Amino acid sequence: MEILWLLIPMSVLLVLIMGSIFWWSVRSGQFDDLDGPAYRILADDDTPKPEMASGEVLEGERERKGMGG
Amino acid sequence: MAMTSKAELFNYTVVRQFAIMAVIWGIVGLLVGVVISLQLIWPAFNFDLPWLTYGRLRPLHTNAIIFAFGGCALFATSYYIVQRTCQTRLFANGLASFTFWAWQLVILLAALSLVFGITSGKEYAELEWPIDLLIAVVWVSYAIVFFGTIVKRRTPHIYVANWFFGAMILAVALLHIVNSVAIPVTLFKSYSAYAGVQDAMVQWWYGHNAVGFFLTAGFLGMMYYFVPKQAGRPIYSYRLSIVHFWALIFTYMWAGPHHLLYTAVPDWAQTLGMIFSVILLAPSWGGMINGIMTLSGAWHKLRSDPILKFMIVALSFYGMSTFEGPALSVKTINALAHYTDWIIGHVHSGALGWVGFITMGSLYYLIPRLYGRTEMWSVKLVNTHFWIATIGIVLYVAALWIAGVMQGLMWRSIHVDGSLTYTFIESVKASYPFYYIRLLGGVLYFLGMLLMLYNVLKTIGQGKSVDAAVPTATAPANA
Repeated sequence: MEILWLLIPMSVLLVLIMGSIFWWSVRSGQFDDLDGPAYRILADDDTPKPEMASGEVLEGERERKGMGG
Repeated sequence: MAMTSKAELFNYTVVRQFAIMAVIWGIVGLLVGVVISLQLIWPAFNFDLPWLTYGRLRPLHTNAIIFAFGGCALFATSYYIVQRTCQTRLFANGLASFTFWAWQLVILLAALSLVFGITSGKEYAELEWPIDLLIAVVWVSYAIVFFGTIVKRRTPHIYVANWFFGAMILAVALLHIVNSVAIPVTLFKSYSAYAGVQDAMVQWWYGHNAVGFFLTAGFLGMMYYFVPKQAGRPIYSYRLSIVHFWALIFTYMWAGPHHLLYTAVPDWAQTLGMIFSVILLAPSWGGMINGIMTLSGAWHKLRSDPILKFMIVALSFYGMSTFEGPALSVKTINALAHYTDWIIGHVHSGALGWVGFITMGSLYYLIPRLYGRTEMWSVKLVNTHFWIATIGIVLYVAALWIAGVMQGLMWRSIHVDGSLTYTFIESVKASYPFYYIRLLGGVLYFLGMLLMLYNVLKTIGQGKSVDAAVPTATAPANA
């Protein structure tokens, strides 16, 4: 099982990388607001506007109403 | 690249390319799967041609599904999500285009080399060294495009889906490079740098983490974006999604030895793999519950929205296979299940149910939007696809569960004098009825995918390629 001399350091290295990214993300305030981001992706309207296609687009627009922010 | 805020458009071109190829490669991969399941019942379906024998088509099937279908789906959705959530056009668009064309080249080379019997013999990493090098180049380019886009983001927060994609990109790069280290002999032949049981350890360290990072983390990224978007509701708990991410990332790396229980790998390493596999149940189920509960208060949408049906059933299969996986990694249960068709059934409840369904749901959300439309050409056909595919999965998985347990019981059954009750071939004969059911399940799933292609082509025919404008940075919602 000499291979563990490679695999364990590789995995530890990865954990250290992930750990330092975690440390950075906490320090830089990535997790200060844990509610807003969930709503923000809904506020980003990625449905094509009615003028782009014909009339039936309106139905989709109606359904999406009120979920904005 | 143009940074003028008014004219800047999202790069949907590369998303469109990958999304359509995901559907096409899905059909190819499923068709090969159907052919090899035919061969298990009627071996004559290899037509006595070496190129069509089971041993060559089986890796073609797994590579086509995982790296061609799954890979293209991951590229398409991650490029879309990273642009929308970072509110900016992709970084290095030429490089993004390169990832598309080079990835298709990798797939073509893979298909050709596997059919011609050129293989390194490592499961899920069969491709020979020149293709491995090309994969590494594509993957590094992918990392540059993805992380470059994160760096130039216009929103301060990095949405959780991007964390999952980012971890997938980093981990797959490391796994692929370490596992593929080999000594080339000719252009078409190389030998692994590791030997014997050492090679098996590296192989399953790679193999299990390919499942963990490629087929789980990446597709969870899809889930955390498209489920809330399609449901029109925020994720049930954003806090839980962050916990899910970090818990999964820190525990996944150590579970690989559960593929090598009762082999020459040291006992303590097997036990370690088993323990980490059981621990994985917690973050997996946290994520599953988080996804499903997003619909809490809006369950009625499941009645009318086939895309949500795809996504919720995908999450159910994610929950089922992440319960089944830890169970199978327990040595006592593994003693019965190892080398039986139960394992194949387990893999397919994850692949057809989780990976397949979350991808189909995401593509049904995505494709109309790439062509200036709000929904697919026929929502009814999406619903038909959903039911055909669901019945297909249930038949497939249930048949192999029964076959697997039966095989395990037959193999371990002994007479009072210690001799085996059954010969191996008797267990093969007894499996036939279940192979028919599995074939039927696979054919149904394949037919569903053909309906999807038809629906996609019709949707494309009705709409026109649209690259949406990047919303201006001053929009109040993003402040």
